[in-house]
Amino acid sequence: MINLQVFQLVCFYAFAAVTVAAALGVITLRNSVHAVLSLVLAFFSTACIWMMAEAEFLAIALIVVYVGAVMVLFLFVVMMLDIDQEKIREGFVKFLPVGLIVAVVMLLEMLALIGVRVMHAQTMGVNPATAAHQSNTAWLGTALYTHYLLPFEIAALILTVGVVVAVALTLRKRTGVKHQSASQQVRVNPRDRVRVVKMQAVRPVEPQADEAQAEESKS
Amino acid sequence: MITLSHFIVLGAVLFCIAVAGLFINRKNVIVLLMAIELMLLAVNINFVAFSRFNHDVAGQVFVFFILTVAAAESAIGLAILVLLFRNRSTVNVAEIDSMKG
Repeated sequence: MINLQVFQLVCFYAFAAVTVAAALGVITLRNSVHAVLSLVLAFFSTACIWMMAEAEFLAIALIVVYVGAVMVLFLFVVMMLDIDQEKIREGFVKFLPVGLIVAVVMLLEMLALIGVRVMHAQTMGVNPATAAHQSNTAWLGTALYTHYLLPFEIAALILTVGVVVAVALTLRKRTGVKHQSASQQVRVNPRDRVRVVKMQAVRPVEPQADEAQAEESKS
Repeated sequence: MITLSHFIVLGAVLFCIAVAGLFINRKNVIVLLMAIELMLLAVNINFVAFSRFNHDVAGQVFVFFILTVAAAESAIGLAILVLLFRNRSTVNVAEIDSMKG
C-alpha cells in the first residue's frame, strides 16, 4: 500500500515542476502561439495544485475562465495579428542578463523571507469546509453572498464595463462604405419621404400670358 | 507531508519567472501581457495556500475577485493591442514611443 502523504508530496512536486517548466516556456518560446499554449499548460497544472489544496471551486473556475475564455482570446489575437517572429526576438540576448539578475535576486530574497518565517511546520490540518459540513463551493458561496456581496456586485460591474470598453475600443467606422442604418430606418417619418402635391387636372393658361407679356416687353 | 512553504516557494518561483519574462521580452507586447497573467497566477497560488492553511475563507474570495479583474484586464489589454496593431502595425514596445515617455 502506498503511503498517502508521500504520494501527495510526489504529486505536488510533479505538478509544480510542470507549472514551472510551462512558465519558462511562456517567456522563452519563439513562437507566440506556442507561448500561449504553454501558458494554458501552466494554468492547468496550477489548477491541479489548487485541487490538491482542496480549493475545488477555484480550480474549476481557473480552467473554465482562464483556459476556456481568456487563453482562447489570447490565441485568437495572436493568430489574427501578423507578427514578424524573427524581428521580435532581436533584444532577447541583450536583456537576458539583466532579467536573470533581477529575477534571481528577487527569488533569493523571497526564499530568505519564507525561510525566516518558519512555515515548514505548518501543515494543512483539517479542511475548514469539511469541518463546517459543507462542500468547498458552498463554503465559498456562503461567504461570497453574505460578507462580500457588495464587492461581488462591483466585480460584476467591472466585467460589464470591461466588455463595453473592449467593444468600444475596437469598433471602427469605415469611410466610403454604404451602410444600412436600422435605427434610422425605423425612426423615419412618412411625411419626410413622400410629398403629396395637389395639381389641377387642366394645365393653367397663365404661362402663355406670361410669355405674351415677355414678348411685349421685349418689343 | 505538504507544508505551507511548498506553496509559497512555488508562488515565488513563478513570480520571478514572470518578472524575468517582462525583462527579456521587450519586443512583444503579447508576451508581456502573458507575463502579467503569470504574476497574477503566482499571487493567486499564495492566496489559496494561505486560505487553506489558515482556515480562512477570505483568501479564496479574493482569488475569485482577482480572477474577475484579471479577465477584464486582459480583455481590455488585448483590445488596446488590436487597436495598436491596426494603427502602427507593430507589437514592438521599442517602436511604440509616440508619447515620448
